[in-house]
Amino acid sequence: MAPLVPPFECFYEDHRAEVLGFLGRRLGRDGAEDAFQETFLRALRAYPRLEHGEHLRAWVLTIASRIVLDDVRRRRPPTSNDIDELPELADEYGRLPPIEELAPLTDGLPPKERAAVVLRYGYDLDYDEIGAALGSTESAARQAASAGVRRLRKEHQ
Amino acid sequence: MNDAFPTLLDERFRAAAVAEDLLDVVYDVLEDTPVGPLLVGVTDHGVCRIWFDPDPARELETLARQHGSRVLRVSAPVDRVRRELDEYFAGRRQHFDVEPDVRAMPEYNRRVLAELARVEYGTTTTYGALAAQSGNPRAARAVGTVMNRNPVPIVLPCHRVVGASGSLTGYAGGLDRKVQLLRLEGALL
Repeated sequence: MAPLVPPFECFYEDHRAEVLGFLGRRLGRDGAEDAFQETFLRALRAYPRLEHGEHLRAWVLTIASRIVLDDVRRRRPPTSNDIDELPELADEYGRLPPIEELAPLTDGLPPKERAAVVLRYGYDLDYDEIGAALGSTESAARQAASAGVRRLRKEHQ
Repeated sequence: MNDAFPTLLDERFRAAAVAEDLLDVVYDVLEDTPVGPLLVGVTDHGVCRIWFDPDPARELETLARQHGSRVLRVSAPVDRVRRELDEYFAGRRQHFDVEPDVRAMPEYNRRVLAELARVEYGTTTTYGALAAQSGNPRAARAVGTVMNRNPVPIVLPCHRVVGASGSLTGYAGGLDRKVQLLRLEGALL
C-alpha cells in the first residue's frame, strides 16, 4: 500500500535543506531564498490534492526546478532551442506527463534514456535527483543518460 | 529540528504560509507550562487540540487525519491560546474565550462536550450527571470514553468530571495532572 501523505510539517522538515541546497547551486544564495519560499508555497497549495506520500522528494525537486527555469527564463532572452520547449517533468499534482511529450530531439530514444537525457541536459538536474524523479538510482540515471547520448550521437552522425 | 537550517528563511516561509491562508492546522509546543509541555493546535474555527507530553510525529498524523494534511508549526497563530493558558495557570482566568473546534468529533461526543463546557471553574461534576444532561443518564461509561478522547483538555474541562463516589477515576493526561488542575482551581485541597 502506498504511504499516506505525511503532515506538511514532516514533509517540509525532511526536504527543506535539500531544496535550499538545490536552489543555491542554481540561483546563488540570494535568488535561492525567494525561490525557496515559492517552492514550498507551491507545494503547500498543491498538497491537498496529493493522493499518496510516494516520491515526495522528486515531487518537490520538480517544483523547485520549474521555479529555477522560470527564473532563468526571466533573466535571459529566449533562443530557438530554449529549454522551455521541453515539457515539465511532473505537474503540480505529481503526475508524470506522457512520455510522448518529451522533446522531439530525443524522440527516438527508449523512454528511460529520453527522460534521463532531458532532465540532465535540459533541466540540469544532478544524477541523484534524476534517479529520484525516475524512481531509480543515481547510477541507473547516469547510465541511462549516457546511453541516450551515445545513441543520439550515432543517429545524428 | 535541523540546527543548520537558516532560521530567518524558515520563519519567513512559515509566516507566508499563514498569511496566504494555506494551512489546515497550525500548531506550536508550549515547552514550559506547570503541567509540562503542551502541544496546541488551532484552525480557523478555534483551538482543535491540546495535548500533554506531545509525541509530535503521532500527534501531527492525528491532526492531519482529522483536519487536513497541511499541518505546520507556527508560533503567532497560537498566541491567543498561549496567553489564555498562561492566565489560567496563573489563576487569573476562569474560563476560556477561545472557541474549541470539535468539528472532527462524532455528534454524540460534541453533545457531551457542549455540556462539559458548562461545568464551572472550581467545581466538579460526575460522569453520571454529565450523561443525564447529555440525554441518557445510563451512559456514564460512554461519557467516560468521550472525556478520554476530549481533543482540547483544560479548555474543555474534563478534569472537573469525577466518579460518583468522589474518586477521581482517570484522566487521559494522567491522574497527577487532574489533581494538579483541580488544586489550581481550588476544587481539591
